[in-house]
Amino acid sequence: MSSSRKMSFEYSSLFQLTVTRMKLTLREPEAIFWIFGFPILLAIGLGIAFRNRPADVLPVGATTEQLTQALAADKGLKATEMDESAGTHALAVGTIVLLAEQRGEGVVYRYDNTNPDARTARMLADRAIEVAAGRKDVVTAENELVHETGSRYIDFVVPGLLGMNLMGSAMWGLGFSIVDGRQKKLLKRMVASPMPKWQFLAGYLLSRLVMLAIEVVVFLGFAKLVFGVPFRGPLWELALLCVLVSLVFAALGLLVASRAKTMEAVSGLMNLVMMPMWILSGIFFSASRFPAIIQPLVHALPLTAAIDAIRGNMLQGVQLGQLTLQMGILLAWFVVPFAVSLRIFRWR
Amino acid sequence: MGNVGDHALAENSHAPDGAGAALRIRGLKKAFADVQAVDGIDLEVAKGECFGLLGPNGAGKTTTIEICEGLTEPDEGTVELLRLKWRTDADELRQRIGIQLQETQFPDKLTVEETLRLFRSFYRRGITVDESIKLAQLEEKRRSRVGGLSGGQKQRLAMATALVGDPELLFLDEPTTGLDPQARRHLWDLVEEMKQAGRTIILTTHYMDEAEQLCDRVAIMDHGKVIALDTPKELIATVCSEDIVEFAVSGRATADPSTSPAAAGSAQDDREGRRLAVVDVEALKKIPGVQSHRMDESLHQLSVSELHTAVPRIFAALEAQGLHLSEFRTHSATLEDVFVRLTGRNLRDE
Repeated sequence: MSSSRKMSFEYSSLFQLTVTRMKLTLREPEAIFWIFGFPILLAIGLGIAFRNRPADVLPVGATTEQLTQALAADKGLKATEMDESAGTHALAVGTIVLLAEQRGEGVVYRYDNTNPDARTARMLADRAIEVAAGRKDVVTAENELVHETGSRYIDFVVPGLLGMNLMGSAMWGLGFSIVDGRQKKLLKRMVASPMPKWQFLAGYLLSRLVMLAIEVVVFLGFAKLVFGVPFRGPLWELALLCVLVSLVFAALGLLVASRAKTMEAVSGLMNLVMMPMWILSGIFFSASRFPAIIQPLVHALPLTAAIDAIRGNMLQGVQLGQLTLQMGILLAWFVVPFAVSLRIFRWR
Repeated sequence: MGNVGDHALAENSHAPDGAGAALRIRGLKKAFADVQAVDGIDLEVAKGECFGLLGPNGAGKTTTIEICEGLTEPDEGTVELLRLKWRTDADELRQRIGIQLQETQFPDKLTVEETLRLFRSFYRRGITVDESIKLAQLEEKRRSRVGGLSGGQKQRLAMATALVGDPELLFLDEPTTGLDPQARRHLWDLVEEMKQAGRTIILTTHYMDEAEQLCDRVAIMDHGKVIALDTPKELIATVCSEDIVEFAVSGRATADPSTSPAAAGSAQDDREGRRLAVVDVEALKKIPGVQSHRMDESLHQLSVSELHTAVPRIFAALEAQGLHLSEFRTHSATLEDVFVRLTGRNLRDE
């Protein structure tokens, strides 16, 4: 039974085309890096750059031992005792942001009031010294600290990177290998065989979907484990969304590659198509920052729709049913390029 | 000279009767932009025959074979393969023919076995992948990537992809172009095996020796037309005298070519800058048995029908003109000579 199954698979051209496609992708080390390594490296880089640091401890100076002890009592300050001239120097070179000087019974704070850290230090220092001198708070206050996931930059950028990655791997994956095959007359050889033409394309799409599953799981798994990025929408809807987005860009890649005869031509076309989306589609910052006059254009781009929908699902838990505009735009970007490229595709 | 082709067509005793034809072409024409690539071709190839399309680059061989393969639409004319037509029976035809195209590069990163498994999966019936590997003598390379194969091995792989569907009709477009002599012989053996197995083979080549070696019949093409069609042997016999004499001379340089107006290939510098001796061609042509004379660079070529009586006279004539032979050889006329006689050009001039 199992051997006959194997046989029927072995002789299925769709299966062979899909497997061949996958083998060819996996045997390109560069492709593996761009598909799996690059987005993770980018996420790590951005995660480090925009990480949420613990509240800073501010360095301050004081001219007497008593003041130094009073300041050191506040966890937000790191106090050092120093004389006035040393303190002036330390202020000038920035090793402290504030110097507290004892003048008779009173205290003088020397700081730069245009520096937010210095202003914070001024408030903390004053409170610490007043409390040390015996001040009692009139109103009792308690703190409740909030570090909400989903509102950090990394949460914002992960869906953007996912969208960008789906676009890149689908377009390069299809575009390059089709033009390569055309240039090497492999496409011509394939249509000279009894291979059903639709299966050639279907093989590409199926292998893309398998690769996609690996790619998305690896990337989002990393984002979840390392950064704790939230998944608020239904996971199956996110999966469906990724499939749709991948098909959209596979169709675009097919369109771009449908007639190009050289690698140079197809690279140029690819960049021409992807460049506006890299800039306008809100991968790294919100697309709403662009002027109102170009907003309709920005929102008509497939990558904008893709990223908006992914953010909606992951960050706000929006159902696909409520993302009709984005879904409509994506469907249109799948159907039209696919239909056009089937019409104009050149096998030789 | 122009009627030689017609003669060959009309009296061709090897032409198949229509019923058993594996391929029949009538009035085929195809133009690209302003070039008439194929200009009215009629051909019939019998089942089991190995048929050669021979001609220089640009003669229309590849266009003709690609129309037969259903890859190019003809402007005019009809093509029938195995009694089927592309317009109505494309799927069936694709299953029953095998094709090897010029310059196909299979993916470098697939192995021989994987490539053949892929192509095998396209056919409803055929030989196994193992059998095709064995047939192409690629057993040792079975698990090697295509990128690491030699030119000859790649060409045998291309042949194997054409054979996996166990085709009745096999098209080979310049199967040995660019291969070294040993690899060519290897491929010829493979084609011979296909012939023994009773497959019909149609191949294009611009190597005369290849056509002579492999083909039962040969159509010589030039400028989109078939200018001669017969067995290699008959072609050589009808078109050319039996033998070709080639010689080069050195010796007394004639300073002023105008003193011997009959001199052909008048005094000229050869590659080394020496003055070439001038040969009185008219005197040579008067020798009984000498049919014609032509120059191929510094080499004189005579077509000679009575070699045994003509050669001593050629020696004598050159001696009388005070010339020394620096080279002299004779060979039986080849298809190459046929082509030269038919077109006045060398194949390699193209």
